[in-house]
Amino acid sequence: MLERSPVLAVPGEVGTARRHDSAPKHVSGEATYIDDIVAPAGLLHACLGLADRAHANIVALDLDRVRAAPGVVLVLTADDIPGANDVTPVTGHHDEPVFATDKVTFHGQPLFAVVARTRDAARRAARLAEAIYVDLPPVLDVAAARTAGAGYVTAGMTLTRGDAPAALAAAPRRIKGRVTIGGQDHFYLEGQVALAIPGEDGDVLVHASTQHPTEVQHMVARVLGVPFGAVTVEVRRMGGGFGGKETQGNLFAAVAALAATKLCRPVKIRPDRDDDMIATGKRHDFVIDYEIGHDDEGRILAVEATYAARCGHSADLSGPVTDRALFHADNCYFIPDVHLSSEPWRTNTVSNTAFRGFGAPQGMVGAERFIDEIAYATGRDPLDIRLLNLYGQGGAGDVRSITPYHQTVEDNIAPELIAELERRSQYRARRAAIRAWNAQSRVLKRGIALTPVKFGMSFTATQYNQAGALVHVYTDGSVQLNHAGTEMGQGLHVKVAQVVAGALGIGIDAVAITATSTGKVPNTSATAASSGSDLNGMAALDACETIKARLAAFAAGHWGVDPAAVAFLPGRVRVGTEEVAFADLVCAAYGARVQLSATGFYRTPKIHWDRTSGRGHPFYYFAYGAACAEVVVDTLTGEYRVERADILHDVGRSLNPAVDRGQIEGGFIQGMGWLTTEELWWDGQGRLRTHAPATYKIPVASDRPRVFNVDLFEGENRENTIGRSKGVGEPPLMLGISVLHALSDAVASVADHSLCPRLDTPATPERVLFAVQALRERAGP
Amino acid sequence: MRHSVRFYLGDERIEIASCDPTGTLLDWLRLERGLTGTKEGCAEGDCGACTVAVGRLDGANLRWEAINACIRFLPTLDGCQVLTVEHLTRAGVPHPVQAAMVEHHGSQCGFCTPGFVMSLACLAANGAAPDTGRIEDAIAGNLCRCTGYRPIIDAGEAACRDGAPLGSAGIAKRLGTLRDDELVQVGDGERRFLAPATGDQLVAVLADHPDAVLLSGGTDVGLWVTKDMRRLDPVLHLGRVRELRETRDDGATLVLGAGVTLSDARPLLAGLHPHLDELLRRFGGEQVRNAGTVGGNLANGSPIGDLPPALIALDATLVLRGPQGRRKMPLERFFVGYRRQDRVPGEFVERVAIPKLRPDQIFHVSKVSKRFDEDISAVCSAFRLTRDAAGLVTEARLAFGGMAAIPQRAGAAESVLLGRPFDERSAADAAAALADDFTPLDDWRASARYRLAVAGNLLRRFAIEEGGTGEPTRVAGLLAQSAAASSHA
Repeated sequence: MLERSPVLAVPGEVGTARRHDSAPKHVSGEATYIDDIVAPAGLLHACLGLADRAHANIVALDLDRVRAAPGVVLVLTADDIPGANDVTPVTGHHDEPVFATDKVTFHGQPLFAVVARTRDAARRAARLAEAIYVDLPPVLDVAAARTAGAGYVTAGMTLTRGDAPAALAAAPRRIKGRVTIGGQDHFYLEGQVALAIPGEDGDVLVHASTQHPTEVQHMVARVLGVPFGAVTVEVRRMGGGFGGKETQGNLFAAVAALAATKLCRPVKIRPDRDDDMIATGKRHDFVIDYEIGHDDEGRILAVEATYAARCGHSADLSGPVTDRALFHADNCYFIPDVHLSSEPWRTNTVSNTAFRGFGAPQGMVGAERFIDEIAYATGRDPLDIRLLNLYGQGGAGDVRSITPYHQTVEDNIAPELIAELERRSQYRARRAAIRAWNAQSRVLKRGIALTPVKFGMSFTATQYNQAGALVHVYTDGSVQLNHAGTEMGQGLHVKVAQVVAGALGIGIDAVAITATSTGKVPNTSATAASSGSDLNGMAALDACETIKARLAAFAAGHWGVDPAAVAFLPGRVRVGTEEVAFADLVCAAYGARVQLSATGFYRTPKIHWDRTSGRGHPFYYFAYGAACAEVVVDTLTGEYRVERADILHDVGRSLNPAVDRGQIEGGFIQGMGWLTTEELWWDGQGRLRTHAPATYKIPVASDRPRVFNVDLFEGENRENTIGRSKGVGEPPLMLGISVLHALSDAVASVADHSLCPRLDTPATPERVLFAVQALRERAGP
Repeated sequence: MRHSVRFYLGDERIEIASCDPTGTLLDWLRLERGLTGTKEGCAEGDCGACTVAVGRLDGANLRWEAINACIRFLPTLDGCQVLTVEHLTRAGVPHPVQAAMVEHHGSQCGFCTPGFVMSLACLAANGAAPDTGRIEDAIAGNLCRCTGYRPIIDAGEAACRDGAPLGSAGIAKRLGTLRDDELVQVGDGERRFLAPATGDQLVAVLADHPDAVLLSGGTDVGLWVTKDMRRLDPVLHLGRVRELRETRDDGATLVLGAGVTLSDARPLLAGLHPHLDELLRRFGGEQVRNAGTVGGNLANGSPIGDLPPALIALDATLVLRGPQGRRKMPLERFFVGYRRQDRVPGEFVERVAIPKLRPDQIFHVSKVSKRFDEDISAVCSAFRLTRDAAGLVTEARLAFGGMAAIPQRAGAAESVLLGRPFDERSAADAAAALADDFTPLDDWRASARYRLAVAGNLLRRFAIEEGGTGEPTRVAGLLAQSAAASSHA
């Protein structure tokens, strides 16, 4: 027994700005990514052969020269697949083959794979294929899909409340318009990669850079025609994911596993960046057509809108992505009468997929356009229109708190948060100063905008809102932690380790973080939907509580005290009036045959959703934020710079302020990139021509605002989440919308703010210049 | 003749007699040496994940330069020291940049981090207390998709405050022992890599191999290998040829050897005009400028290279050398068609002579791209006007990149300006005439309509800036006027 010692904080417990667990390894180069794993003996390398047509029938595919190329060991086509030629994710559409067989449906679709002794040999060989096609007319975008009647990849959704047509007809003012929103490549710095190592009895271990190891497990098993239990998928870390490794890694893992099990040799596949960008899905681009009814003050009365998305050649996650666009078509605003519908169009382009925000960003860009339209129509400050239309704060029974999906907003803190940011950013004074400055500046024009975010937390597919954890306590008091979530840089592992460190009262250095593995925690959900710490933090806490209960019961019996008199303190345990070191208690418990390992489980309460009726409570809670951006625009070239951004963001009670700030800043910049310089450009033959960083321009260091004030909004989650925190992965991306609106404000200055610039995205210098020109023409001399 | 390449990897002396002439440093580090800290993000020199530090002797001084290992051919490192992220931690003590990156939460997914660490370590090795703009420039060639860069800048400011030397004691002396005047020839039995040390050797080798691929900084040729999978043979590397690195200033003319890197050219060109300083600042990223050369950018003949418009406007003269001796031509005549130049087999670009601006001349350069830094031009313009005592334009040289298949002057617009004062009205008239000069293309960088509109507006920008009102016209970069109306922290 120890002397009583003062109660100290547990090093690294929740709430501390603990560094990322891998940071020292990141900076030293020791952090191991899949391509860095020491090559197993006999390692072979696979490369995909990609179609160079967007839409065609395959008449013949001659692979003889591929097979004969130096170093080639094996060529794989659909005929070599023992199971199903199908890597369609959970949606059940069965529309995503590993290898195309009769028909090519997008440019860059895999036709075959070649396995060779070196990666270089495989890449060279893959180029030797000779395919004969009969071209079919490609349908490349929403407009073409509408004209061609291309159909949907999955059923659209409708959200209705009230009687929008009648309310529109009765509205004193109406505006019709359209906003076109571009897509976005994930540009994770580590591309797709998988390494498959065959085992015995048909087993295979796959190291995959994936946010969804369980789905990779299922896909590999389906393609190999083996039970799920024969496949183990492991990932220690990804070099970025952003949604691009939720389903898009399935194909690569399946090909590596197929080759490895055929050859009984380890096989790695790591596509070149260009192939990665050509062959994997992206954020959906949208065309939103809207009609808004409002009153003279600018209060929204009704909205009717359609959300048409370019989904690509297959469904992938387009159903839930377009659903989430509708769920966020309101952003923070109450719409009395509303009718929203989605159109998930099938096109001959790569199948678009999850990307941070998952449709919500596009829905929110639409909502903020509605606000802009009303502001210019009424001549009022867009911020005043925003404030006027915010949801009510009365919760249940408040008629202004009901969403288009009939969930009541019960935790609305947007009014306080926006007011606080308005004050901190000095929005009003700066806006006046900018107007004065613009009046005397011919070429450069400044703009400012403050836009809010409300983001619904939970997977809308209710069953995904579950997680498991596995916690081992060893007899020296050290701990191994495993859980269902994956680490892609977002700091999930350190947050969950902080939960465990705090729960057990041990320092975070005693908690060993381990690779995510389907062999340790099974049947996991994707690490997605900003749910990683909500789900896995609670699951890990559950496991810790189980172990603590066992230890407490043991201690109570061993030292003859009431179990309630056992308390876990930093580094030690109080048993009655005495204290014992955690490691000593653990060792004693082992001696008494107490189980020191436990699983934990969590499922999100309260949520339910009926897609058919468009009613339910799909979100456990909402996360809020707001950003105020200031830009300067060159009206001769359309070039611009974001000069300053002020952000106030709601993470509840922060699990880790340093990690959360990193998510907020990184999300803002990524959102800004999406809406400004990141342009996906397909040519008339359906070839993506911006398929590498030379042509696809994500923000660089000098694009960040030099003045960048980022703060966490003081508060806590009203729901009983882990540490009363809120998820933070996705919502900050939508703070970048403030940049679009600051640009819009600057553009509007050339017509004395009398006309809505209707700036589409990405707002490249070209679009900004043309918006300036169009506004000048509309305004007249 | 020497049949090996010799360099230092960390403190280990490497001598290689047989190698793939176009094998990359990155593949060698990762596959042969197991140094997996250096990452491949794009294999085209645009993301910086593969950044390593290369130390080379510049006279007696050791210089540290960040370069992209993904497009750097291994045998070109002859005579250098290569440091990777693994070499920075010494005796268990992290380099100041490594420590600061941890301290400031500068990594999230960590994949880009070694590249940032190396770029910042090179910055710290080359002087103390860089300002924020200099740090931004040092990492403009490094992409991070997670952090939004603020913590990396903070780490850079903290770590570079006092400077931090790179390399081990005595390495300059050891590198000195690697220097010789031998022609280097290595290969893998099938393909050859030739690296002459002198101009005369180069002439002789090129006479023997007139179809050799001339390799300078490799920032474009590297992609022929990593992306197009071309098998180049023989490869004739120009990087060791001392004469090609020479520069000369005779008062009226600046002469740059073809092998002068863009980094080395920047301060010299900046001396001619501040717009050239900004043009070079925005030329690729630091890693590209450290490798890419003046001659490479000209001889490559790309319609969107950034040096040709500026040097054409300045009426530069190109000097080619071949078996028959030297031949001079105005730079604008060198470009004869899309990616075709007036260069015969056996010839190489030796140097370029750039007349300095006279007091009766005004000059203006603009680069417009989708992203401000580290991007390829949609339109690049360079204008030089000569005016008489009455202020009337007597000569106009308006050169553009991105407007045609070659870097080209705008003859119709030029003639509009002649004999008139240069002001917003004449600029507008000249801008209207650009439609007669150019029929630009639509592509992923810009539409034809935008290119034409912007080209004209850049003439207007020139006139406004010359108008003397002092009104702000630039949003970013070295030329941005600090006119923040409301931005205060």
